[in-house]
Amino acid sequence: MPQTDTVAAPEPRAGSGAGAAQSPTRAGPLKSAGTALARYAGVLPFAVYVTLGLLIPVIAIIVGAFQAPGTGALTSANLDTATHGVYLQGFENSLLLSVLASVIPGILGLLIAYAIFTAKRGRVLRQVVITASGVFANFGGVPLAFLFIASFGSTALVTGWLGDIGLHIWDWGFTLYNLAGVVLVYLYFQVPLMVLVILPALEGLRPAWREAAENLGARGWQYWRHVGGPVLFPSFLGCVLLLFGSAMSAYATAEALTSGTIPLTSIQIGSFLNGNVIAGQENAGKALALGMIVIIAVVMTAYALLQRRAAKWLR
Amino acid sequence: MAAVAQAPPAPPASAPARARRGRVPAWRWAILLVAGIYFLLPLYAALRFAGIKAYGSVFSRTGFTDALWLSVRLAIITTLITLALMVPTTVYVHLRLPRLRRLMEGITILPIVIPPVVLIVGVLQVAPGSLKATPWLLALEYVILAMPFAYRAIDTGLRALDVKTLTEAAESLGAGWGATLWRVILPNLRTAMLSATVLIIALVLGEFTMASLDLYETFPVWIVQFDQTDAATSVAASLGALFVTWIVLMLITWAGTRQARRTGGGEVTLFTVARTDTTTGS
Repeated sequence: MPQTDTVAAPEPRAGSGAGAAQSPTRAGPLKSAGTALARYAGVLPFAVYVTLGLLIPVIAIIVGAFQAPGTGALTSANLDTATHGVYLQGFENSLLLSVLASVIPGILGLLIAYAIFTAKRGRVLRQVVITASGVFANFGGVPLAFLFIASFGSTALVTGWLGDIGLHIWDWGFTLYNLAGVVLVYLYFQVPLMVLVILPALEGLRPAWREAAENLGARGWQYWRHVGGPVLFPSFLGCVLLLFGSAMSAYATAEALTSGTIPLTSIQIGSFLNGNVIAGQENAGKALALGMIVIIAVVMTAYALLQRRAAKWLR
Repeated sequence: MAAVAQAPPAPPASAPARARRGRVPAWRWAILLVAGIYFLLPLYAALRFAGIKAYGSVFSRTGFTDALWLSVRLAIITTLITLALMVPTTVYVHLRLPRLRRLMEGITILPIVIPPVVLIVGVLQVAPGSLKATPWLLALEYVILAMPFAYRAIDTGLRALDVKTLTEAAESLGAGWGATLWRVILPNLRTAMLSATVLIIALVLGEFTMASLDLYETFPVWIVQFDQTDAATSVAASLGALFVTWIVLMLITWAGTRQARRTGGGEVTLFTVARTDTTTGS
């Protein structure tokens, strides 16, 4: 698992770091190994906490996914259940939803972030937008679903206004309760999240590069095509991958909105935890969780590789 | 990307940039207008739906005090543990182990992308029964959820400081590692820690998935209970919480910026410290 490798890395690194830190000025290999270990002791509390709170639970899920409920015998039945029928549909829907609910808000969030970033005199505007983003990025669940039902429901306020000017959106097939509707609602916390995470990357675009390009005769689009775009693109993709993970995680909002009519993996895991299970399938929930971990691990590996490219320019 | 590609330059510093400034407001205001409508319209619709009376009735509901008090205690404990864990670790990594920074970024991004609904499956399986019987298990896991925000806020704060010079100055004056951290670095990190605190509090006061699956009635779980019987109260309570958090965030960034200006720092935002003078800054 790439996932567990990433989390467990502090300990093995401590060992290799001890070897690498041997410098000729030190008395001997033993002493330098000791000082190197002491250097790493500063991150020990953090490493222990992450191990207990994050790594061990994740390992428990992986082990549980291969165990038969009750006996604990090794089995692939859970994975079998989790990759067929309604659970396979759940994965498909979750993936589709997450792709849509990360690419669309990714682009919108970048535009908004750029708009407030370039508003040099708009200090108040910037602070309002950034603090609002911090709040809205954490908003979700039943209250969020309700906000949209109260405005875009079939008999709600905004639907009524649009109807008054001849736009009967529900007659044209619009609904909040299918995948497209869920994406529309997810934008409400995904766009602010994008604004928050992309801003540091925008601030890494140095004015000097722009000026240099202009001195060399570059037009606006040429600057973006050859300088700004290539520098920003890895960060942009990295942030979109982050949004992808966030969309995969969302549980309460989708459940409140669709009440389970669209099979989504996060909702299915939740119903396993709530005890809605068929006898003999108790550990299929862990297999579903493992499936999500695998998807996230792939996404995170891509994210790490992109960040490495982005970090070359952003300091 | 097309709209960005045609966008005028970021800093209105150079002469050609100033000449093109006339085009800036049009697309910027269009984007912000559309975004404003999208974000404010549902709020307005929900406010109209709930009505004014519902706001008064929130406080008299059974369980309001208990749920709010539990959430407040969780927020305090989570903030204390997170800061005590993350501030020394982040400072230490900055100073002594800069090579671990990429790794720290990778680890602290995990709690954002590992779904809480997945994490709680594993936590409920391995946590000792005595811990599961108390809400403190939630606080311990909230620290994990809060790590990404805390790490980023503190890391940004540290980048804006010249930590190396500060530490060397402190050490040459005879201060140990603890004294340097406590008396030199912490006072300089006040704004970053404030940002982190607010983000942690916003997170704990809004977290629903773990609390509900762990069967504890925190404030967000309590709000949702009313959804079945009295939607107006539920909406009123969650909108109230939203506005209060927003106002607190505004106050803190405003106070932080004022303080930073006095000490010569930049403008304070949640995740970044922007230089106020982009024309002279490098």
